Amino acid sequence: MKGLVLSALMGIAALAAVLVGPGPAAAGDLSPAIPQAKGTQCVEDTQVMRRNHMDFLKHQRDDTLRKGIRGAKHSLKDCVTCHVQTGTDGHPIPVNAEGQFCQSCHSYAAVSIDCFQCHATVPGAAKSASAR
Amino acid sequence: MSHDTSRRELLKGAAAVVTLAPGLTLIAAEAGARAPGTAASPANRWGLLIDTTKCDEGCTACVDACKAEMGLGGHDRPLTDAQYIRKVTVTDPKSGHTHSLPVMCQHCANPPCVDVCPTGASMKRADGIVLVDRHICIGCRYCMMACPYKARSFAHEDQSGQKEHNPRGKGCVEACTLCAHRVDAGGQPACVEACAATGNAAMLFGDLNDPSSEIARRVAREATTRIRADLGVDPAVRYQGI
Ligand code: HEC
Ligand code: HEC
Ligand code: HEC
Repeated sequence: MKGLVLSALMGIAALAAVLVGPGPAAAGDLSPAIPQAKGTQCVEDTQVMRRNHMDFLKHQRDDTLRKGIRGAKHSLKDCVTCHVQTGTDGHPIPVNAEGQFCQSCHSYAAVSIDCFQCHATVPGAAKSASAR
Repeated sequence: MSHDTSRRELLKGAAAVVTLAPGLTLIAAEAGARAPGTAASPANRWGLLIDTTKCDEGCTACVDACKAEMGLGGHDRPLTDAQYIRKVTVTDPKSGHTHSLPVMCQHCANPPCVDVCPTGASMKRADGIVLVDRHICIGCRYCMMACPYKARSFAHEDQSGQKEHNPRGKGCVEACTLCAHRVDAGGQPACVEACAATGNAAMLFGDLNDPSSEIARRVAREATTRIRADLGVDPAVRYQGI
């Protein structure tokens, strides 16, 4: 990424609220290094995702587990599928590993999530008739 | 109902049901996946019928398939390793006759685990599948004490390599989900599939609420029993031959 510019900016600015703060241009430049996702479009507008992904996930969690609703767009499995990176060895890197998608911002913003104590961190090798 | 119902007859019957009650997908639920975005429906009651006369004591096809499907690696500690389904051998003390049967969560209509859960984590889905919502499970294990079937396990260790469809972690109770992830996709539980493929085809899965399903028809015309029916918990798992 734009590594040099980014670190220079990060060095001089107090960045507390930048993640969810200003418009697209500024946020893009000042954010921590976030690995590029597969595809071109997230499940919601990028700005909305930055702000609200935790709420979407919590809704989806209850809808899927308690009501049995599958195939909905805020599935955690889907986040992992699109946002996982592939290592030089050709294997997927866990999304919560150092510098990976779900960890990059979180460590920057001092957020810690427990989701991946249980949830798979790489797309499922599920050969079965598994649903989302 | 006639016993030699052909597939065609069945399909005709299905068409009739659908016409009579649009919106109720009694038949479609068994034939395929529930449409994405729709919730589990109380129109269904998923259950199992297990013929113990076919179940062989040495066979563990269902148990092995369950472990593989749900990603249940063990620590070689049989007393505490997670187990969603187990084989039990029962002996009649008078005659000495023994037989073997698989026991899993019985997906009770009146589940004692749900009654005792202090957080609402133990829950019954609209279609009768009893689950642990591990997002709100605090690991107190009251449900394990309350379950008359000893069907639940507790994850004592940190877990790794979980299956995508069965997230599980230390400090939570877990049990058979009747393979809700497969059922929602129109499939059947892994144990049933394995029993048919490499076991003795002793297990039948289906919708007890759908009068035209094989399980409902067999339950209606053959003698079946439920383990500890006297408790009144109304299990969705029925047995024959015990
Ligand atoms: C203690 C284990 C555990 C933890 C921790 C956990 N989950 Fe789950 N989660 C589950 C189980 C079990 C399911 C049900 C899976 C199924 O039926 O497919 C589930 C399902 C979900 C689903 C619906 C299925 C999917 O992939 O979309 C979402 C969304 C979800 N969890 C989000 C979260 C989030 C967000 C966190 C962290 C804040 C979290 N979970 C933490 C166990 C856990
Ligand atoms: C279809 C693939 C896909 C899925 C599924 C998906 N994303 Fe995205 N996501 C993307 C892409 C592509 C971007 C980058 C969009 C852009 O550059 O504007 C993105 C961007 C984001 C961002 C903003 C990152 C940044 O650079 O600031 C967040 C946060 C995010 N996604 C979270 C999630 C979460 C949480 C889920 C699961 C609920 C999810 N995504 C599911 C493809 C996906
Ligand atoms: C663009 C940066 C960014 C990315 C990328 C990102 N997050 Fe977040 N996430 C945040 C921030 C910031 C918060 C804290 C928001 C707050 O505290 O109000 C947060 C909070 C959360 C929470 C709620 C935590 C809590 O304790 O309530 C969950 C769950 C979560 N993120 C899941 C994910 C998952 C899963 C991914 C990867 C698919 C992901 N996030 C990727 C920035 C990000």
